[in-house]
Amino acid sequence: MAQIALATGFVLILAGLYGALTNRDILRMIVAFTIADTGVNVVLVAVGYMPGRTAPILDAAVPVAVASQRIIDPVPQALVLTAIVIGLGITALMLAYAYRLFRLRHSLDISNFTELKW
Amino acid sequence: MIRKVVIGLMVALLGVAFWTLTSGYVPDAELNRTAAYYAANAESEVGAPNIVTGIIVTWRGLDTLGEVTVLFLTSAIIALVLSQSKTPKGASGAGLLPSGELLVTGARMLAPLIALFGAYVIMNGHLTPGGGFQGGAILASGVLLSLLAEPSRRFGHTVIARIESFSGTFYVLVGLAGMAYAGGFLDNGILPLGRFGTMLSAGAIPLISILIGLKVGAEFSSILESLHETEDA
Repeated sequence: MAQIALATGFVLILAGLYGALTNRDILRMIVAFTIADTGVNVVLVAVGYMPGRTAPILDAAVPVAVASQRIIDPVPQALVLTAIVIGLGITALMLAYAYRLFRLRHSLDISNFTELKW
Repeated sequence: MIRKVVIGLMVALLGVAFWTLTSGYVPDAELNRTAAYYAANAESEVGAPNIVTGIIVTWRGLDTLGEVTVLFLTSAIIALVLSQSKTPKGASGAGLLPSGELLVTGARMLAPLIALFGAYVIMNGHLTPGGGFQGGAILASGVLLSLLAEPSRRFGHTVIARIESFSGTFYVLVGLAGMAYAGGFLDNGILPLGRFGTMLSAGAIPLISILIGLKVGAEFSSILESLHETEDA
């Protein structure tokens, strides 16, 4: 089970990278980066998963005494929470730069931006 | 053509590397030492049933402060990058079609409910899945809905900036109070831990959650506004 989630995440990362490298349109590249970002998050959560255990919230079903035998790893979940928020910030930043580039050339095709090409 | 082949080859190589990782992966049978410590001490040290919130707000509170700072930087940079292409005041949204009565009325009805739900998620962050970041994002989604429903509408930048700076300053002050009156920076022991599992418990965690929620909501709203107020919008 854990392998399925892990493989899904890796496939998403690969699909995102492939899309970012092959697309010529800047907006499509941003979407591709977002997909790769989601893949990384899925991989991180999948690494924290342990079969037969429950969410890391203490309640009547998960008393403190046996908590470490019943809950999954909370650390990757905290990391992913952080990563999601930062990912949103990065997406917004990319969109803002894409807008500036569009104002500059009136086009979002990456082949019109040749200054950094070699 | 060569480009396509090189890209395909790179992705395939990376795929092979990922495949080895996946095929050789065995999930842990028991928690590692850090996670076991968090699980065992969540009640006595932090008092929060939701261990993830305990980690984010208290044990790794400094990282969260850093993350909020990164978000602040992002929203400041976006405002700077887009400031040159801002619409002149008064002319904004003039050339847009009205968005229709259904959307406007629906948004007016839903926006308070979304804000209420955001407040609920923020306040229950230490008891159930949720917390400052999630609740802040929900608050900002309410702002997004009203921006979409009424494109000519403007929210006060000063109000948002004040909320942002107030919550940021107060967050750091709560952290410093932890250094002075409890175990260290951002220690939640400055307020009594209270009864485990109730709304007003877990020391300063609900307070910090509110501050994070306000700050994240204000920052996302200011990002949305900066993107919204560009000349072509």
